[in-house]
Amino acid sequence: MSTVHGRTSDGLFASEHKPGVWERSRRARTAILYLLPSIILFSVFIFYPMFRTIYLSFFLTNQAGEAAVFVGLDNYKYLLESSAFLNSAKATLLFVLYTVPAGILISLFLALLANEKLRGIGFFRTIYSSTMGVSVAASSVVWLFMFHPSIGMFNRFLAIFDFPQIQWLLDPQWALISVAISTIWMNTGFSFLILLGGLQNIDEHLYESARIDGAGYFYRLRRITIPMLSPTLFFIITISLINAFQTFGQIDILTKGGPAQSTNLIVYSIYREAFVNYQFGTASAQAVFLFLCILVATILQFRLGERRVHYQ
Amino acid sequence: MKKVELVGVSKSYDRQKDVISNIDVTIEPGEFFVLVGPSGCGKSTMLRMIAGLEEITGGTLRIGDQVANRLPPSRRDLSMVFQNYALYPHLSVEDNITFGLDVKKIPKEERKKRALETAEMLGLTDYLKRKPRELSGGQRQRVALARAIVSEAPICLMDEPLSNLDAKLRGHMRSEIRRIQRRLGITMIYVTHDQVEAMTMGDRIMILHEGKIQQIGSPIEIYNHPANPFVATFIGSPPMNLAPADVAPEKSSLILPGGEPIRLPEGTLSGLQKGRVTLGIRPEFLMPAEEAEGHPVFRAEVTNVEVLGHETVFSFLAGTEEWTAKWNGQWQIRPGDRIPIAIDEESICLFDGESGALIKKPADRQRFVPEEATP
Repeated sequence: MSTVHGRTSDGLFASEHKPGVWERSRRARTAILYLLPSIILFSVFIFYPMFRTIYLSFFLTNQAGEAAVFVGLDNYKYLLESSAFLNSAKATLLFVLYTVPAGILISLFLALLANEKLRGIGFFRTIYSSTMGVSVAASSVVWLFMFHPSIGMFNRFLAIFDFPQIQWLLDPQWALISVAISTIWMNTGFSFLILLGGLQNIDEHLYESARIDGAGYFYRLRRITIPMLSPTLFFIITISLINAFQTFGQIDILTKGGPAQSTNLIVYSIYREAFVNYQFGTASAQAVFLFLCILVATILQFRLGERRVHYQ
Repeated sequence: MKKVELVGVSKSYDRQKDVISNIDVTIEPGEFFVLVGPSGCGKSTMLRMIAGLEEITGGTLRIGDQVANRLPPSRRDLSMVFQNYALYPHLSVEDNITFGLDVKKIPKEERKKRALETAEMLGLTDYLKRKPRELSGGQRQRVALARAIVSEAPICLMDEPLSNLDAKLRGHMRSEIRRIQRRLGITMIYVTHDQVEAMTMGDRIMILHEGKIQQIGSPIEIYNHPANPFVATFIGSPPMNLAPADVAPEKSSLILPGGEPIRLPEGTLSGLQKGRVTLGIRPEFLMPAEEAEGHPVFRAEVTNVEVLGHETVFSFLAGTEEWTAKWNGQWQIRPGDRIPIAIDEESICLFDGESGALIKKPADRQRFVPEEATP
């Protein structure tokens, strides 16, 4: 901190002069200057849209998306009574249950495989993490072809073994599962990479010590690998959960919410409500609802999960 | 307790160059055996081969009377302490200690009993519920020791266990490890790069350099009769002074590169050919001139002085080499002084100029406390 000098005419009493607000806030002003770029960016792209969404969720809107009539909580009441919204909430929940545990188990399995020290393991590490480099749109188009009822790979495969054909994306029973399968594939690369990084951080000596004690592979997995990996697992579960709640791209390309609304996940439903039906009010209410869901899920996860996580 | 026998053991990673070659040694039951050498000499690799963590690419390893080359680590009946302790950070001290017992499905009550006994032996009783991160370095070290002891394995391997401790604690743990080893009578194979640890702890020492055995023997034997110049400079602090010299057997003298002759007692050089040798002398055998009557004296320029209180260590130029001398007491010497230095010519070692083998042992300087006359 600088002290006040030279401002007063009488130098002797300078030290007794109380620094003004301008002087005292010097550090705070410097700090704000440093924070300014991110404050501006966050305000424009995050804070403003967020508060605008909450604001809009209390209104009925006109065609241009401007607030027209204040309706209070009516938008929310309408949502909770709407069977379409409840259906989409249910689909979202199912989708989370399909993708998150399976996706993490598969990534963990692949990461454990790729963590072995073998010749040429780098090749497999690259392959397993490669889905991270493919955009959702591109991979969805590929999956669209694979799910195709007549020329698709899956049905060809079933035909070889004389199994009945499946209308992957057209059958309401199967559509959500099909989208879940492709989503698991898309997310595997990222989860794999994070988990592999976590595995490689575990001190090799722990395993050597356990081997001298005579611990077998699964004993080591249960007593060393999983507990030591728990911070990473916790992170990846949180991220996967949030990602699953926010799924949009693959729905838009693969099913457009159909058939029979079976894959109309909340984010897709928000999109349709806002940009197809121009109901910005109810769309905003849905968005706020989703936000609260994710918030509650994450808080719950921290409360329950944190106890089982061993940080170093 | 079991013995460990290595017969022609070697290790190579690329099947061409051996990182460890032809190790032949028998470690006796209950012995404290120290493997010492500079970093990268292969001592840790050798220990890991005994543990079964590295494959043995040549020769035979016997543990007890059983060939153990292909035995998995768990069936070699040994325990190991790692340099970084390898404690499980997510388990409490007690769970860390009993980890190996749990693997072996030992009943819970016995596990608890053995953990408590071991914790008591190492003074860890108050810390059983803590996590490793809540312990100091010395306490972690003890947990690692406890984990090795609790397994009651007849052989214990230690890989530089004290290198992460501060000097004071290291000195304390040295004697503690030695005490526990004696008490339990386990066969200990101990790897270190610290020659002080090797000298003070080992029943026998093996000095390794570039994967080859330099010398095996008791600490004092190695100190007194180093097999080659490498051992001579590795063991002892400050290291033994070395200089090339020419033998002149007819005059019974050694000629230093500066042309200065050192006359040795008649007959010491008999049997030696005229030629180039390496002369070695320990710093404590270079004495103040006035205290050493009858010994050859030469003058040399002092280059550096360290007064340590009870002794003074200084270096000086002997011909082309820089030598160090260790004198008892506090000597007022300044760099640049030319001082007379006496040399205890009987304590000189000579190494062959070509092979480096010891060709003249120094005189025996062991001392005994005279027996008191019993009344």
